[in-house]
Amino acid sequence: MADSEKFALRCDNLHRYLGTGDARVHVLKGVSFEARRGQVYAIVGPSGCGKSTLLYLLGLLDQPDGGEIEINGHKMSNTDDLARTAARGEHIGFVFQFHFLMLEFTALENVMMPMRKLGRLTLPEMTDRAHSLLASVGLGEKTHRLGTQLSGGEQQRVAVARALANQPSIILADEPTGNLDVKNSALVFDLLTRLAKENGQAVVLVTHNPEIAQRCDLTRPMRDGLFV
Amino acid sequence: MSPNLRIALRFLTAKKRAMLMSLSCTVLGVGLFVLTQATTSGFEEFFIKTILGTDGAMRIEDKIQDTLRQMTAGGGSDFQISQKEGLKYIEGVEEPKLIINALKDFSNVSAAAPVLRGSILVRADFKNESAQVFGISLEEHLKVSDLGRQIVQGDIATFREQPTGALIGRVLADRLQLTVGNSFILEALGQRSRYTVSAIYETGVADIDKMRVYVHLTEARSLLKKPSGVTFVQVNLFDKDRAPQNSIQIQEVLKHSAKPWQEREKSWLSTFRALRISSAITVSVFTLIAGLAMFNTLAMIVLEKTKDIAILRSMGYERRDITQIFLWQAGIVLAIGAFLGCVVGALSTLGVSYMPLPISGIFKTETFVVSWNIWHYVEAIATAALMVMIASLIPARRAARLEPGDIVRGTAQ
Repeated sequence: MADSEKFALRCDNLHRYLGTGDARVHVLKGVSFEARRGQVYAIVGPSGCGKSTLLYLLGLLDQPDGGEIEINGHKMSNTDDLARTAARGEHIGFVFQFHFLMLEFTALENVMMPMRKLGRLTLPEMTDRAHSLLASVGLGEKTHRLGTQLSGGEQQRVAVARALANQPSIILADEPTGNLDVKNSALVFDLLTRLAKENGQAVVLVTHNPEIAQRCDLTRPMRDGLFV
Repeated sequence: MSPNLRIALRFLTAKKRAMLMSLSCTVLGVGLFVLTQATTSGFEEFFIKTILGTDGAMRIEDKIQDTLRQMTAGGGSDFQISQKEGLKYIEGVEEPKLIINALKDFSNVSAAAPVLRGSILVRADFKNESAQVFGISLEEHLKVSDLGRQIVQGDIATFREQPTGALIGRVLADRLQLTVGNSFILEALGQRSRYTVSAIYETGVADIDKMRVYVHLTEARSLLKKPSGVTFVQVNLFDKDRAPQNSIQIQEVLKHSAKPWQEREKSWLSTFRALRISSAITVSVFTLIAGLAMFNTLAMIVLEKTKDIAILRSMGYERRDITQIFLWQAGIVLAIGAFLGCVVGALSTLGVSYMPLPISGIFKTETFVVSWNIWHYVEAIATAALMVMIASLIPARRAARLEPGDIVRGTAQ
């Protein structure tokens, strides 16, 4: 199997500075990382060590000051905003700590939103897939509830379903259980890993929760902008 | 429905109060624009109609003659050269029949009538007034004016049958206390003739109604001692707006000065135009407020929806999608506002048209005069669209420029 087929995501010698002038900080100091399909990775470390910054760079939400990023064998570090946006829509699914649901929309509409943009499926196919994803995260009965009518745990489960909507090869999760109680944390993590493994997706999650980290296939601790 | 439009609609309904404020400003702006244009244009059009109905679309008057300067060589030589020096105007039209026949060759000319004008003194039983007599050929004159429709007392048929009949303006008739059937004397160049009031007309133009006395052309010739020729030929056109172009051609061909109504009434038309522009500018302030309200609302939504923008960007929505989402919001408010504004404008125009407003002087009306013109609605919508879309572009572009990474990190400015 070629490397590009094995690895959904690779980065090499990533550098990132944040802030300007005297407040400029070297957050990532040459980080290299790779994620295989079907594997779950945890990036752990103290606050401010650069975990989330790395995750946003891997998710093409931010641009590195140095180094390279490959998504499914395609170099993305020097591409324009349009190419990075297209890659995000097609290959990457995000789960954020604070759910980030669009609250004026129902659970079903939230899950359908990335599919509508990608436009690969017909409307009935999108609706079916969204229903099926919401059923698989245990929200089959609440598809027509607005974001505001769902609990925190339910919102995060909708966010997981939404991240999986376009069948991306990479799922990036920034403290996906950080805002949930123990029961809901376990539920969301199990869901994320089970669905990702079933679909052969690489899951990279940033967490402070040691129990969650322990249950991942690989844990990469970070300190001061470098893996240790 | 496109995903962007769907999102825009949902964002809109989430900020009902702010959007209703923007919507009301747009409705008010469009409605008032339509109303003010309808009233100012209404009075302008009514003035034009009045003036065309009295003095016609064009007047052919003074004959034009080239003047030559001759120079003779010195030293007893016979050598002479002639050079065109300028133009000379000879008052009046000497051959009205020839001119009227020639005018028939111009496709836009619908009718032409000779008019002989002169200063007179009107003597009635109790009072005398200075005035002007207009000698007309009735049947021809009715084709170049609304005189028939301007009769307010008596009958035009009576004038047709009475060789010494006269049509007298309402203001003059009131001043001289004359009514239909009364006789009066016209005095000019030391000659006096008695006439009978066949009918009283009212144009609404005070200067005309207090000054003009219409008599038959033959009578005017005798009174003014002018056996041939006329003062001017009044011309009616099929397309009145082409009068300036036609007058240039006619002047060139007939060698008589031809004055279009636009030039004749230049000062009044400029006044109306200035009024229309001034009211449009004043009312545009409302659409400017609508634009500012829209700017404010969208800027607020951008601030409140930065996380949603980050979510959309993380899901593959491009910068132009974000711009479109915000422009759609402005577009929806604009479309609804423009439609309702036009309805409000039309209804208020209708209401105002029934409002009593007695005016006489430059025209006569008892109620507000309004103009129903589709272009007022187009102009109102275009002005609102310009203001609202320019105002929306700034927050929309700002939203599109937001970096999703910055927003998620919580550092978006």
